[in-house]
Amino acid sequence: MLDVRGLTKSFGALRATDGIDFAVREGETHAVIGPNGAGKTTFISQIAGNLLPDAGRIVFAGEDITLLSAPRRARKGLARSFQITSIYPEFSVLDNVALAVQARSGHSFRFWRPARSEKMLRDGARAILDGVGLAARADVLAANLSHGEQRQLEVAMALGTQPRLLLLDEPMAGMGAEESQRMIDFLGSLKQRHSIILVEHDMDAVFRLADRISVLVYGRLIATGTPERIKLNVDVRKAYLGEEA
Amino acid sequence: MNARLIGWIAGIALLVALPPVMQAIGQPYYVDLVRRIMILAIAAVSLNLILGYGGLVSFGHAAYLGIGGYTVGILAFYGITNGWAHFAVAIGASALVALAIGAVCIRTSGIYFIMITLAFTQMLYYLAVSVAEYGGDDGMRLRVRSRFPFIDLADSLTSYYVALAIMALCVFLVYRIVNSRFGMALRAAKSNEARARALGFSPYPYRLAAFVIAGAMCGLAGALYANHTAYIAPGFMSWLQSGELMFMVILGGIASTAGPVLGTFALLLVEEVLKGWTEHWQVILGPLLVLSVIFFRRGLAGIFYKPDA
Repeated sequence: MLDVRGLTKSFGALRATDGIDFAVREGETHAVIGPNGAGKTTFISQIAGNLLPDAGRIVFAGEDITLLSAPRRARKGLARSFQITSIYPEFSVLDNVALAVQARSGHSFRFWRPARSEKMLRDGARAILDGVGLAARADVLAANLSHGEQRQLEVAMALGTQPRLLLLDEPMAGMGAEESQRMIDFLGSLKQRHSIILVEHDMDAVFRLADRISVLVYGRLIATGTPERIKLNVDVRKAYLGEEA
Repeated sequence: MNARLIGWIAGIALLVALPPVMQAIGQPYYVDLVRRIMILAIAAVSLNLILGYGGLVSFGHAAYLGIGGYTVGILAFYGITNGWAHFAVAIGASALVALAIGAVCIRTSGIYFIMITLAFTQMLYYLAVSVAEYGGDDGMRLRVRSRFPFIDLADSLTSYYVALAIMALCVFLVYRIVNSRFGMALRAAKSNEARARALGFSPYPYRLAAFVIAGAMCGLAGALYANHTAYIAPGFMSWLQSGELMFMVILGGIASTAGPVLGTFALLLVEEVLKGWTEHWQVILGPLLVLSVIFFRRGLAGIFYKPDA
């Protein structure tokens, strides 16, 4: 599905991403964890296409996408959610998701027909809102949603583009315990149908959802493996979990 | 039927009824005044498409008013009087120039975009000043107005209703555009560019297309304006004119359908009233404008309804 080889990115003397090899299998949920400043955001930005790597290749569904822009990657089925909620606050919840559906259904050089009366866009968006549990809030302005609901919308927008690979950047960020539980359950249901890269600080979520976990420390991947093996990995415990093994 | 539609119908009915009323009370001057306002409202409506909905703060939109105007003036200068040719070339030339300017400017953003659009327009302004054949600094008289079958633009009433019809058409056109898929993509890129890109929208082509549409529409306004004044001068595309267009849009309410029209009427009518009252009218207009921006944060249109997203 996704194959990353030798990915390297430096900012001045700092190697934010240092020769990372990383892969996501079809249908897999692959979590990326690491302490603050480990380079997770830089890594994710390169996969999403917001940053160009200095070296290395990114192959997505058999195609080299290393040099493609973010919008082109999105149109190929690589969808991301943002750590900092990134929605259209002045549009309704339904509009937000309908825009995502529209983005994936060909070019938007259609000037006449009102987009809000296009059944295809509205129905597609409603189906996704049903799935994330926001159907009752479809006509509310996105700005008026609670923080937890905005986080759900954030994921719903990524889903609206009918992605082949979902890149979720800290979907639980800023959520209370109860909201987090609900989000974990929801992501658990997504897991059945999607390949996912999950960047998350919430270890409970990571260990419940991930099929594999990669640990990033100072720009290097120090370990990749199943949750059980990562838990037992000596280097990981030393570097990340802060325990002297 | 919703309140907005009623508002529009009432407004247009008022404008339709205005000339006979003004003539009955012996004030035909106001017909010409409102005609001028409606023509400039077309320019403001076109600017709103890119400024309001596209987030492209163009400080050089008067360029297309000038290009439209000079197109009509120059064609008439060489003896071409066909109105269809005048208007088609005015719109086409404006679109082409907008394409060229936009292709460069839209790669920049923020303050750079503002300054570079201003710079291009100043270039065109000085070009007009320097070409002596077309009047240079003094401008040129329009030799003959654009000729259309059955429509005489020299007739005050006829050209009034032509301006009204075209203004209404442009408002409707922009309304359709901003609610279409294209418009939604344009507004998404304005509201949150990073999100739009992550969804798969490349903002550049949508912004460029909007820039060209806005330029073409403003060029149409310029062609009408040349016929209105029967005189074309570099001042059409001075930065003062660009600023005034921006102010009309902001005063009326950016990203609203009625805003630019309301803003143009408000600004020019207040200006007219003050001019009749004192020659130091700008001393009063300035603070009035400042107050209006402070108290009507969403513009005049925001008084009547909440702006749609």
